[in-house]
Amino acid sequence: MSSWLSIGVIVFTLVNIAACWWLLQTNSKRRKGDPQANETMGHVWDGDLQEYNQPLPLWWLMLFYITIIFGVGYLLLYPGLGNYAGMLGWTQDGQYEKQLRQARYRYGEIYDRLADLSIEQLAQDEQALAIGHRLYVNNCSVCHGSDARGAPGFPNLADDDWLYGGDPRNIEISVVNGRAGMMPPMAGAMSEQALDDVVEYVRSLSGLSHDEAMSTRGASQFTSSCAACHGSDGRGNQFIGAPNLTDDIWLYGSGAAEIRAGIVNGRQNRMPAHDDLLGVERARIVAAYVYSLSHDDTDAGGNTDQ
Amino acid sequence: MADETTYNDVVVRQFVLATVFWGVIGMAVGVLIAAQLMWPALNFDLPWLTYSRLRPLHTNAVIFAFGGSALIGTSYYIVQRTCHVRLFSDKLAAFSFWGWQSVIVLVAITLPLGITQSKEYAEAEWPIDILIAVVWIAYAIVFFGTIAQRKIRHIYVANWFYAAFVITIAVLHIFNNLVIPAGLTKSYPIYAGVVDAMVQWWYGHNAVGFFLTAGFLGMMYYFIPKQANRPIYSYRLSIVHFWALISVYMWAGPHHLHYTSLPDWAQSLGMVFSLILLAPSWGGMINGIMTLSGAWHKLRTDPILKFLIVSVSFYGMSTFEGPMMSIKTVNALSHYTDWTIGHVHSGALGWVAMISIGSLYALIPKIFGRDKMHSTAAIDLHFWISTIGVVLYIASMWIAGVMQGLMWRATNDDGTLTYSFIESLEATYPYYAIRLLGGALFLAGMGVMVWNVYRTIQAGDSKATVPVMPVSTTA
Repeated sequence: MSSWLSIGVIVFTLVNIAACWWLLQTNSKRRKGDPQANETMGHVWDGDLQEYNQPLPLWWLMLFYITIIFGVGYLLLYPGLGNYAGMLGWTQDGQYEKQLRQARYRYGEIYDRLADLSIEQLAQDEQALAIGHRLYVNNCSVCHGSDARGAPGFPNLADDDWLYGGDPRNIEISVVNGRAGMMPPMAGAMSEQALDDVVEYVRSLSGLSHDEAMSTRGASQFTSSCAACHGSDGRGNQFIGAPNLTDDIWLYGSGAAEIRAGIVNGRQNRMPAHDDLLGVERARIVAAYVYSLSHDDTDAGGNTDQ
Repeated sequence: MADETTYNDVVVRQFVLATVFWGVIGMAVGVLIAAQLMWPALNFDLPWLTYSRLRPLHTNAVIFAFGGSALIGTSYYIVQRTCHVRLFSDKLAAFSFWGWQSVIVLVAITLPLGITQSKEYAEAEWPIDILIAVVWIAYAIVFFGTIAQRKIRHIYVANWFYAAFVITIAVLHIFNNLVIPAGLTKSYPIYAGVVDAMVQWWYGHNAVGFFLTAGFLGMMYYFIPKQANRPIYSYRLSIVHFWALISVYMWAGPHHLHYTSLPDWAQSLGMVFSLILLAPSWGGMINGIMTLSGAWHKLRTDPILKFLIVSVSFYGMSTFEGPMMSIKTVNALSHYTDWTIGHVHSGALGWVAMISIGSLYALIPKIFGRDKMHSTAAIDLHFWISTIGVVLYIASMWIAGVMQGLMWRATNDDGTLTYSFIESLEATYPYYAIRLLGGALFLAGMGVMVWNVYRTIQAGDSKATVPVMPVSTTA
């Protein structure tokens, strides 16, 4: 804020507060000629509306003065008067930083220990799983569901199907750095007929009902337009997040209309990076929790008593 | 044909009936969306009936349709009686009625269609905003023109408050709705980012301060002394609290933006002036309640007075609560919770609606040529139903709000949040149910009112004229 604006803010603020004070000062004492307690002001409106002129109640007057004094005191201690920072040097950013420092001090030990563990080890650690679950519930469940089974557009995290790979390292990358999934729109690259044919072919890959003749025609179109990403066998490519089209698991639905819409318009999808949102330490713990959902203890070769 | 020897009660009658009508509609929409919070299926999967579109319809209907019609109607009634002169212009007054009703209908159509500026309490798109401005200016001309022609030198205190309301709402409305149109149904504000937010809440809070407070204080300053047949408690208190109220309210808006990207200094000013606002607000309460001193016994027999006095008590309560909630540390708990909803409704139902209802019950017989309402017992019944409704509503929302605030900030030994959002939502369900019951009771009270008003008018004279009263110097 420019210093002129700052001065303007200060002057306006103080003038308004001082005016309240003045208003109280000038009206709290009886003036000569004021009516007595049981006399009205002498005006009559609408036949019977009149006014007494009782003194301002003392408790109310005091209340008013106290709030003014408190207000001025607050503006001396805290930022409020333009660019004047206040004697305490308080800022909301500073308060936030302080709370972060306190949290680091209070919880540091827990997260220092967990930071040294691998994702697999974290997935075996009771404390890490408990933390991971709570972080998941508050940060991930909005999209992926509280049971982690996903929703249209948001992958199921509890099954064995992975867009970018289900090994610990890839899950960690997905959570910490985020992912940007992109299927380009193919409307301009295919005729209407070819689009319908490819839809039938894609459905056939997962063994869904389809038109045999169209599907056969669609296969060659698939090879030229889709195979570069989804693979010639349609099994996808986890390096670029191209889904496997043969497993009958569908991010946007298996109906011909949904598949066609995806091909025509393309799909844009984004998993936000959580390194800044949660901090890398906590993001890794969430990754381990997600990993544990599809890898129970027996898979990890640990305790197999269950 | 204007007859200068009588009051123009035609427009008053119109606004009064519109008030009752829109009150029922606006509150019914409120009850529906309260039910939707419990049973989301009640939106019937229709976009026009979703909570997100009906909620602004509810707020606009109760504030501007119900509250606005009550304010304009009573101000026309009061300004004539206390200036001892007929309204300045019958034609402009009629225009203000039909114009205001057109605004309401347009808003009621466009909001469910999803046409909105997405500014709270200023959702109507720019063509409607222009119509509002034109109607408002017509209203201002009628009001101030009448004041200018008054037959008594002193301007009655109720008119100060109505005047502040008329002027300030014009300024707020125009500056908050400065937009660049992009077609008939879409626009972009000329302000960007946090400036836009600040202008919005400068508007938003002063809509509370001048629409929902100053205007209704004008109502109070006429109907309480009238109904109690007692002089107003203190002229000088009315001077002090009037000037303090209107100057200090202007600064309070930033308390809606605590702990946001709004600069620290602006947040602090919002909080400090909100605290200083406590005493000026209570000045009005004191003047209203103390006017009754020496006539307390009338509360036993006059349910209209009960409405008026209880409403002023709710006013005192919510104007205490507001400054408390503006304190940063309190706001950190209360903001974004249902506590805010409880606070708003203790003002909206307890203060605004009840002072309007009490005033209407006092006013309706006068403009329909009757001595009193058809049934005093029905007024009493209405009073008790709505009082119980308000108490259920605000108590449940207080509990729900504090609970939500505490649940959202609860942490475990490892620093993670104890509860997920959905758990706090589940925990709120019982309070949603109580709130729904409270709102339904309040709406039921309006049903009693509709019946009573209908019976009163039926046996009354809907073309009654009242001669302009000559100025007198003694009561």
